[in-house]
Amino acid sequence: MKLNRSLFLAAAFAILISGCTKKGDQEAQQAGPTGDEILVGEVLSLTGSEATFGTSTSQGSKLATEEINAAGGVKGKKIRVITLDNQGKPEEAATAVTKLITQNKVQAIFGEVASSRSLAMAPIAQNYKVPMVSPSSTNPKVTEQGDYIFRVCFIDPFQGQVMAKFALDNLKIKKVAVLRDVKNDYSVGLADFFIETFKKGGGTIVLDQSYSAGDIDFKAQLTAIKGKKPEAIFLPGYYTDVGLIARQAKEIGITVPFMGGDGWDSPKLTEVGGSALDGSYFSNHYSTEDKSPRVQDFIRKFKAKYNIVPDGLAAMGYDGANVYYDALKRAATLSTKDVRDALAVTKDFPGVTGMITMDKNRNPVKPAVVLKIVDKEFKYQTTVNP
Amino acid sequence: MTEFIQHIINGLSLGSIYALIALGYTMVFGILQLINFAHGDVFMLGAFVGMYASRWLHLADNPSLTSLGICLSISMVTCALVGFAIERFAYRPLRKSPRINVLITAVGVSLFLEFAGQIVFGSDPKVYPEIYHPSGDWSFYGVRLNPLHGVVFLISILLMTILQYIIFRTRLGRGMRAVSFNHDLASLMGIPTDRVISYTFMLGSALAGAAGVLVGLIYPKIEPLMGVMPGLKAFVSAVFGGIGNITGAVVGALTLGLSEEFLVAYWAPSFRDALAFSLLILVLLFKPTGLFGTRRSEKV
Repeated sequence: MKLNRSLFLAAAFAILISGCTKKGDQEAQQAGPTGDEILVGEVLSLTGSEATFGTSTSQGSKLATEEINAAGGVKGKKIRVITLDNQGKPEEAATAVTKLITQNKVQAIFGEVASSRSLAMAPIAQNYKVPMVSPSSTNPKVTEQGDYIFRVCFIDPFQGQVMAKFALDNLKIKKVAVLRDVKNDYSVGLADFFIETFKKGGGTIVLDQSYSAGDIDFKAQLTAIKGKKPEAIFLPGYYTDVGLIARQAKEIGITVPFMGGDGWDSPKLTEVGGSALDGSYFSNHYSTEDKSPRVQDFIRKFKAKYNIVPDGLAAMGYDGANVYYDALKRAATLSTKDVRDALAVTKDFPGVTGMITMDKNRNPVKPAVVLKIVDKEFKYQTTVNP
Repeated sequence: MTEFIQHIINGLSLGSIYALIALGYTMVFGILQLINFAHGDVFMLGAFVGMYASRWLHLADNPSLTSLGICLSISMVTCALVGFAIERFAYRPLRKSPRINVLITAVGVSLFLEFAGQIVFGSDPKVYPEIYHPSGDWSFYGVRLNPLHGVVFLISILLMTILQYIIFRTRLGRGMRAVSFNHDLASLMGIPTDRVISYTFMLGSALAGAAGVLVGLIYPKIEPLMGVMPGLKAFVSAVFGGIGNITGAVVGALTLGLSEEFLVAYWAPSFRDALAFSLLILVLLFKPTGLFGTRRSEKV
């Protein structure tokens, strides 16, 4: 018995010790890449309910990485991106980012799209002083996690305003019902910001209901909303739930349009929602109808490689990666601190989704587009500048 | 007022789905005193089998009741076979073991089906093809009932009536009732208990398969973990109505469906799932045998 116990204690002790990373290792990583490759870690939801967010973003960043490597890499080194799937779960995202930093010794992290998952990843990246560039997380709290956390998209205080003003000024609507996803930081934040601006502009929120991501039955909430007779329904959720909600709303006889945010951006949105979403509006990062040569060039290259038209997520993935590579070029050395400093002073970077200049909170100030769904296609309506 | 009636209709249609799954739980428990945790995942398999069958046979090209009937039949038969296989290979070898072993095996089968499903089908949600799309709708007094929900409800009632007939009017049903009363005595009386048990599993699984297809119809988003919550809620309904009792399962499920609907509509949508589990705790505290359940006494 005694021998067994001591063996067990010894094993437990050994496991505990091996789990600690030496301080020296950490400093070595921060000094910069060794060898002739720069390793970047990418954590995205390649499977799960928001799979298209991850796959699109990954395609965009891959295109950017290939272009950079084809042009000779950065400072003579090629870039290698290691992509891990977090299955759509924040705990998996945290594990993935820890593994990439401690075991693979990556120099930066690309990710995540969903604000909930970015919030799970940011403290870890900040702790290890590895710069993290989020392509599409719009909740303001993400970059508040630390000065190593950046994003290349607009933030929800602005996005909420965009749809609220669009409803008041363009659609001339005064009564809106809100149906938000309580399990989702992005949805809750965006709903609050929308409500704030909408009320200030003289509108009324007739009802504020909620659901949980993954629910399949929304008829109770929708029946209650129908009873209050809103002129539109604000749905700041992700595309899988939104499609289902729209469909059920149509089934119980709701005819008013829906409005939403960039969480709607997916080819799967109209697959689930069908024609129930025709006539609805959502805010997004870019439109494929943008005639500017930079955008059309990007679309052409993307189509040539992947045979599909890039959505907003892919464009953001492309811009996020390129902003990081640009910072790598401008940085004094390739140590993570110098790269971080270069990222922080990014000014007028010509992105596909607009000019990117980091403000003091490491958020760029960019315009948003409003798209309308017509015959299951996304059609450009207007651009809103901050 | 019309809102109220709409809520009742929504609740009933939700409850009828739970009822189809709950019947499988209650029958298996009645016969084997086993809570078949894998049952919720048979429901999930039914939905996926239905989806692939519809795609393969291009049923969505001619949406009609016949397409739905074909899809239902394929799904029910496949799930019956799956149920048979689960019983034969996972539970029967453990017939003589302590109850807890089978229980843990049931959990194991459930996890196996869920994660095998994720590997085989992919863990992202899929869209169920529209194999039946009734046109127009039924409205009376401003209450608009989507005929789809009405049809789903009617199909559930039809299946339950057929089950009722099987259990109370056929020899097989008599065998099932006998085995659930006393397993050893029934086998002494010449009833082929193994076969009866297999049939019970097959019947329950067929119903779960049908529920899967019907759920795919009204909530077209399906994914490999979709069986977890409905499975648990169906189990709660079965316990609430008295586990082992057929009518109890149906009543329990309809009650749960209605209460869930009203809780979400008039109180707190986030507590939708919590309701089912609070109900379970209350039932077990105050009336452990459930609404219609009978106390099983050991006669010495």
